This record gives sequence, structure tokens and C-alpha cells, in this order.
Amino acid sequence: MNLHEYQAKGLFAEYGLPVSEGYAVDTADEAVAAAEKIGGDRWVVKVQVHAGGRGKAGGVKLADSTDEVRAFADQWIGKNLVTIQTDEHGQPVSKIYVESCTDIDTELYLGAVVDRGSRRIVFMASTEGGVEIEQVAEETPEKILRATIDPAVGPQPFQGRELAFQLGLKGPQIRQFTNLFMGLAKLFEDLDCSLLEINPLVVTSEGNIHCLDAKVNVDGNALYRQEKVAAMHDPSQEDEREAQAAEYNLNYVALDGNIGCMVNGAGLAMGTMDLVKLHGGNPANFLDVGGGATKEAVSEAFKIILSDENVKAVLINIFGGIVSCAVIAEGIIGAVEEVGVEVPVVVRFEGNNAALGRETLDKSGLNIIAAESLTDAAEKAVAAAGGKA
Amino acid sequence: MSVLVDKNTKVICQGFTGGQGTLHSEQAIAYGTQLVGGVTPGKGGSEHLGKPVFDTVRQAVEATGATASVIYVPAPFCQDSILEAVDAGIELVVCITEGIPTLDMLKVKAKIDSVGVRLIGPNCPGVITPGECKIGIMPGEIHLPGKVGIVSRSGTLTYEAVKQTTDKGYGQSTCVGIGGDPIPGSHFIDILTLFQDDPATEAIVMVGEIGGTAEEEAAEFIKANVTKPVVGYIAGVTAPPGKRMGHAGAIIAGGKGTAADKFAALEAAGVRTVKSLADIGDALSEVTGWD
Repeated sequence: MNLHEYQAKGLFAEYGLPVSEGYAVDTADEAVAAAEKIGGDRWVVKVQVHAGGRGKAGGVKLADSTDEVRAFADQWIGKNLVTIQTDEHGQPVSKIYVESCTDIDTELYLGAVVDRGSRRIVFMASTEGGVEIEQVAEETPEKILRATIDPAVGPQPFQGRELAFQLGLKGPQIRQFTNLFMGLAKLFEDLDCSLLEINPLVVTSEGNIHCLDAKVNVDGNALYRQEKVAAMHDPSQEDEREAQAAEYNLNYVALDGNIGCMVNGAGLAMGTMDLVKLHGGNPANFLDVGGGATKEAVSEAFKIILSDENVKAVLINIFGGIVSCAVIAEGIIGAVEEVGVEVPVVVRFEGNNAALGRETLDKSGLNIIAAESLTDAAEKAVAAAGGKA
Repeated sequence: MSVLVDKNTKVICQGFTGGQGTLHSEQAIAYGTQLVGGVTPGKGGSEHLGKPVFDTVRQAVEATGATASVIYVPAPFCQDSILEAVDAGIELVVCITEGIPTLDMLKVKAKIDSVGVRLIGPNCPGVITPGECKIGIMPGEIHLPGKVGIVSRSGTLTYEAVKQTTDKGYGQSTCVGIGGDPIPGSHFIDILTLFQDDPATEAIVMVGEIGGTAEEEAAEFIKANVTKPVVGYIAGVTAPPGKRMGHAGAIIAGGKGTAADKFAALEAAGVRTVKSLADIGDALSEVTGWD
């Protein structure tokens, strides 16, 4: 789960980490009031969306007057911001963040992730802050400094000091950075983070370490024990159909093709999308109905697929392990009776109760195209959707 | 011969009396697995499915001599359950449950590595040596005792590979689902090592997917250590970057972990790759010369 910058900075502040004074607001009036409360004659205003690349897209601005703060708020609140990380519709802006302005001397990078290779939390730091860190890692890997957290003993101050000295920090900055490192490591573990990123982390013109941006992703599997963070969930930042699917424990990801896919198992769902592509078609979505799919969930899955108006055919590929093909068949029939279906539906059943599932569909009188094999299913779905793309 | 489990493996079930534990234990017993009992704290001394129930894994191990445990407890309790099994001297832990927090798995993985216990999963279908021992949620009837070792990150993709090797009449020595999480207990390399050393395994099918670099590491390992023919398939060619494809581990992040990278690594290691998952069986025939 992603957090907004203002939420992440709120958490940073609770951990005593150096962030600017700032307020997230919903209206232009509140934005001006926030700027007046912060004081001074210069502020940073930032749209709050779950996407990187805000600065280049015009979603971050230095405001030199409260009029400029107001204009920025008027310009963005209620609109969508399109960045290189969003789709063509962009992400809706319901809040902007008004922050005191920081005079920057140097820009650094500090981040932490769960590294799958070493099976550890790994911190990464670099003197190349403020830019695409992936690009730095690709082109000049020696500029990425690392510190690995041992799960048995947790983070140690020496690791923070080592990074600080390697970054070329001096004097009181060493202690400041070490405190930041220790605090972030604690926050990472306390809040079940999967990613933390401060880009840029800056040295201010007064020589202090300061977090100018903050990005926090939290492990969705741990939300049951992270009530406070879970309450920060902003559904407006998610695809509507994906959110709807999640309510039924379905994994749905919208894509831009025209063949709707309904599959059990994440791996097989990806494999089915790949088959469609291999046979000249384009998948409209990834959808895993899961291992314990009920008739209701299947019915809901079918409706979600059909709500995408690009869908010209539906391919259902089920290898029944726990889930019975007969249950899937009943779910399909239920959905079709409820919402109607005007596009061809190709079904391939294998495994648990496959024959019964096929029989149930046959008897229903629905216009279902039965497939004999994986390849047959993909070919029939591509043909049903109007042939090769 | 086989890897990990055979007809002599004594298995207990943690979460035995729950819905999932009951359903899959019934099937395991029917398959012929030596399921010798189960653990549900507070229900010790009772009987379930005709087998004894114990309060703790230690009691179960002492009474039954079990060396393997299968875990069906809910995700919030899995760290505890796995570590209890480890502490009680279980040698093989199979955790089926999905949705375990990643930070729990970091601790669990560090522990099992330090004591040398093997963990399969979490978020996996389990392990089966056809005709001998089924630990997990896979449908037993699609399997056939035989000579192909199958290792996969995905449940239903494993079943596809199983079906194709059964349809060809080759059968499987052992099938291992290592699971779709970012921090699995066992990696491809762990299982490939076992298959390479197992006389009953004559060829290997490896099914990977996008996310992480486990397939690339496996490719390096195969190049250096595996002399048996390997057929490889990777799911997720069409998956867009930054979108998690169902499995917690299946995400292309920072341009890393794409299907194209993984196919290329496997091909460079001499693995016969297939772009269509329907071609696994035919590719096996090709690389082995089997009818």
C-alpha cells in the first residue's frame, strides 16, 4: 500500500526525523491559511498523488506569495495530474501539501527496501540525490552505498556513521544522519514497510540534514497489524475496478487489450495472458479468482471484466485444484443471468470437476465456446475477439 | 527415489482441526500420505480424522516421530507456527498459507538457514512425490509416478506442467511448489540441487515468473552444476512494470525481473525454454528424446 507524501512526513515527524513544517489541505482558502500559519515569504506547494514524476509534470511549485499558493491550489484541487508514472488519465488530486521552503546546499538520496537477493532490509544512499536513482544504479553502481540490516540484531549506529562518512558529511551532520538512519530503520520495521525513500535528502544551507521528500510503501499483507497506517488508505488513487475486485478477494489488474481473462492462480493468469499475446491477441486484464473462489466471487469477477467496454471476448481458463470447475460454471451462469453478456465466452476447464463444469455450461443454453486445450482456448479467444491484433 | 518426501515420510499438520487443515489432511490421508497426527493448541488428547491431536509440535514429534510438518494456520500466526516446528526438530516444514508479512519471513528465513531446516513455501501448493506422499493442496489425481522433477513458483502453473508430463506418460519424481512470495523458504537453486542429485529424476521442468532475480540465479547454477536436461517457462511476458500480478513477488520493479531477462538468462545456461506454457511436454520430449 502506498502512502501520500504528507502522510509519510507525518510518520517521519512522529519518529523525530527532520521534515519541514507543512499542512495537507483540501481547499485554496485552507492552503493560504496554511502558508500564513507557517509564515515567511516563500513556500513549496505539492499535489498529493500516488505517483512519482510530480515535479516535471507541474505538480510541485515554489510559491513567492499567498496569491501564488492560492493559484496553485485552484489550478490542481479536483483535477488530475498526469506524470510519466501514471496512465493518460492521471491521478486525481484531492489534497495539496503546503510546506515551508528549504534552502538547499546539497542533494542526497536515502532509501530502504526488502532486498530479495540477500533476504534483508537494505539501505541505499547516494550523493546523486534528486535524480532517477534507478539510472544512477544502472550507470554508476559504485555511487550507490549500501548498509544491510541483520535481522538478528537490527540496525546499528556504526552503519549510519559509515554511510555518513562515505557520503562526505561532516561534523554534526554525522550524528544527524546516524539518527536519521536509526529512526528510519525503526520506522521500517515498526510499520511493516516494503519501501522507504527520501529523494532528495538534503543538506540545508545552514548545514543540517533534512528530508525534503518522503515516500513510504507498506506491506499489504501486514495491514491487519498496522491499523493506523491502514486507515491512511486512499482508494481514490486506485483503479476503480481493481478496488472493487479487491473487496471480493480477487486480484484484478486492468490492461489495454480486448480479451478479458478470468483464471485461477496468479501464475496461470499471467501464463494465459502470455498465451493470448502469443496467438496474436491482446489481454484486457489480469484476473486471478484465487484458490477458494465462491460462486459469488466468480460472478463478481465476470461483471468486473465485462465492465471494461474494450472487452470483445472473454477467456476463462481454470485448472481446478481446490476450486471446483462446477462452482466456476455456476458463477458464470449467475453473472450472465444478472448482467447479460453480448461478447463470446471461451472456456477451458481442467482438473477438479472439469467434466461437470462443462456439462453445467452446456445445459445452461448460454453461448459458450468450449476449448479442448490451452492453445485451442487462446486461438478461439483471439478469433472471437475479431482476429489477430 | 525422489526428493524431500517419500512413502516413509511421517507428516504432522499444524492447524489440523481448522477448515483448510481438515480438508487437505483428509485428501492427504486418502492419497496414502503417512499423516500421523496434528497440532491444535488446546485440543491435545482428542482425535481428528482418526489421528491424534497434540497441543504442541514438540509433543507431536515425541509421540509420532514425525519429521515433516504442513502448516495451514492463518497468516498472522505462521511465523510462530514455523518457528515452533523448527524448534521441535522438524526437518521439513511446508507452509501453504498465503499473505504472511514479508518482515516475518525475513526473520523466519534467517532462523531456518541458521539451523539447517528446510522450508517449502509459504504461499505454495506444497510438495508431492506421486504415489507416495502428498503434502499440500495439489490435486493428487493428475500426478503419475515417474522421472520428471518439477519446481515452480506458481500453483496452477505447476498443475499444467504436471498434466503435460502425465499425459506424455513420463510422470513426476517429485513436484515442489516454492511459492509466489518475495522471500520464499526455498529457492529454485535449493530444489535444483536435490533434483540433480536424485537418481529418479531424469529431467527437470522449472516454472518461473516475473519479479526478483531467482530465475537468473538459477540459470547461473544450472550452467555450472546441472547436467540433466531442463525445460524452462517464465510467466508474465505481458505484465506491465510496477503492477503486482497477484503473487506478492510478481512485480517488475525498477526495470528488473522482466520475463525477457529471465528467458535470456535461462537460454544462456542451455535451458530449453518455451514461450507457450502449452509446449512444456513437447519440449521435454525434444530435449530427452523420450517417446
